[in-house]
Amino acid sequence: MSERLSVRKTYKLYIGGAFPRSESGRSYVVNDAKGRFLANASQASRKDVRDAVVAARKAFGGWSSRTPYNRGQILYRIAEMLEGRRAQFVDELRAAGAAKTTASAEVDAAIDRWVWYAGWADKIGAVVGNANPVAGPFFNLSTPEPSGVVGIVAPDGPLLGLVSVVAPAIVTGNTVVAVASEPEPLPAITLAEVLATSDLPGGVVNLLTGRRAELAPWLASHMDVNAIDLAGAPDDAVTGLEKAAADNLKRVLRPGSGDWSADPGTDRMKGFLETKTVWHPVGV
Amino acid sequence: MPTGVELRGFLHGLPGVDQVGADERAARLGARSIKTTAKASAIDLAISMVDLTTLEGADTAGKVRALCAKAIRPDPAQPDAPKVGAVCVYPDLVEVAVDALRGSGVGVASVATAFPAGRSPLAAKLADTRAAVAAGASEIDMVIDRGAFLAGDYLKVHEEIVETKRACGDAHLKVILETGELRTYDNVRRASWLAMRAGADFIKTSTGKISPAATPPVTMIMLEAVRDFRDATGRTVGVKPAGGIRTTKDAIRYLVMVNEVAGPDWLTPDLFRLGASSLLNDLLMQRRKLATGVYSGPDHFTLD
Repeated sequence: MSERLSVRKTYKLYIGGAFPRSESGRSYVVNDAKGRFLANASQASRKDVRDAVVAARKAFGGWSSRTPYNRGQILYRIAEMLEGRRAQFVDELRAAGAAKTTASAEVDAAIDRWVWYAGWADKIGAVVGNANPVAGPFFNLSTPEPSGVVGIVAPDGPLLGLVSVVAPAIVTGNTVVAVASEPEPLPAITLAEVLATSDLPGGVVNLLTGRRAELAPWLASHMDVNAIDLAGAPDDAVTGLEKAAADNLKRVLRPGSGDWSADPGTDRMKGFLETKTVWHPVGV
Repeated sequence: MPTGVELRGFLHGLPGVDQVGADERAARLGARSIKTTAKASAIDLAISMVDLTTLEGADTAGKVRALCAKAIRPDPAQPDAPKVGAVCVYPDLVEVAVDALRGSGVGVASVATAFPAGRSPLAAKLADTRAAVAAGASEIDMVIDRGAFLAGDYLKVHEEIVETKRACGDAHLKVILETGELRTYDNVRRASWLAMRAGADFIKTSTGKISPAATPPVTMIMLEAVRDFRDATGRTVGVKPAGGIRTTKDAIRYLVMVNEVAGPDWLTPDLFRLGASSLLNDLLMQRRKLATGVYSGPDHFTLD
């Protein structure tokens, strides 16, 4: 009896609910913490960014018009699916170099983060919206609305970091194009498999792997992207990306402390919301 | 006027179309890569070939005027973008379009002859045509009687085209074959020759109301027909694919096909048009991408 051939996973991109290879046909080598070969990851090109933005824009209408309650259900479903694949993610994080307890704690924290944001889905409107007192016979109501397509340069925390930036953007109804961590892209693509099986409509989250320095400027300058999260952008690139983002007045979230285990707060959700205020005459 | 027997003999004597070969050749021509300066000039050429079309029951004079403004100046942010070829509307809105386009050099095309089904008495079809011409249309898009064509009554189709051509006067006549209803490529070739023999100035694939509308192989067969027709008679006829052309890539594929199949003589708005509405925004978006180096988005262009 011959030895069984190993069946290795091909890590591809996640665009519009499908797993295509990069349009450019390129890939790059991903090593573990000790420099040993782990896998080849797709190296996305600017055209993959373009396709992902088109997919995100297409998904925006449907996703943003879901009820917040339904979005919360779907985010919770993601947590459920992630829980079912807990062992796989722990293995993947350990392969990348994390210690057993750290990996385990990070996966737990990532699952809990989905649940945390799922709970916010139908509450954030009440927290940031308001019935404003005005001097006149009007009801004056401010309600939050999603910004649109959000580009995300994800930080290096391969799972918790990514979840911590993607979840707050989509829970309010935005759609996302995220560039995963450059040195550790593999958990992002495994997370995409979770998203694809969680009732999350295709195109709501699009994940690209590749060179940040190559992809981030295309996201920042894209006229059909409404906001950009620079959480994982290298310090020396932030100014340039902000300038590019100013062309169509994108909302920009600058890199923060980078401590993803801390209490996330509501800032990341509020960063990608617009406020609509309606005046309605009383008694009509 | 030919007799029915002669016409039938001629059309059925045309060589058959190799379906597999036609599909494959059209697919291969669609695989060409057009980049940088060639792409820029292809985009401008395609914009100048667009017949900006609105054929909805819900059309209003206001919508037609807005469309005409866009036809004259497609992208206000890029004043060097060319004008489109023509605006295509229903006959009752021709007058509005003519007023809005006066002096601009953009033509007004009107569908006529009981578009899109063509199921009306000949007298009604001709009255429809005359009304559109009287209102100032410079181009008439007529539909053929597909029922008669499929039943083999080629003479009836021929006579209708001849009569409509007469009713057009100076206006150009585009004959819509509605290839989605003709079933076979052989029929597309026959209908093309029939229309050209009857005096069509343009042959057009579809009304846009039937799926499939314009497809690359069908357009290729029609381009072959106009090429062969010029070789045989010396008269040059134009081609207009319409319906389902939405992206710049599609448009450029058609231009490649025109160049390779009919020849560069046809690469002018006088002999090749693209019937479309949403295509124009995509062309403008690509044009701006080439000009500014950043991807543009639909938010930055007018809706139509």
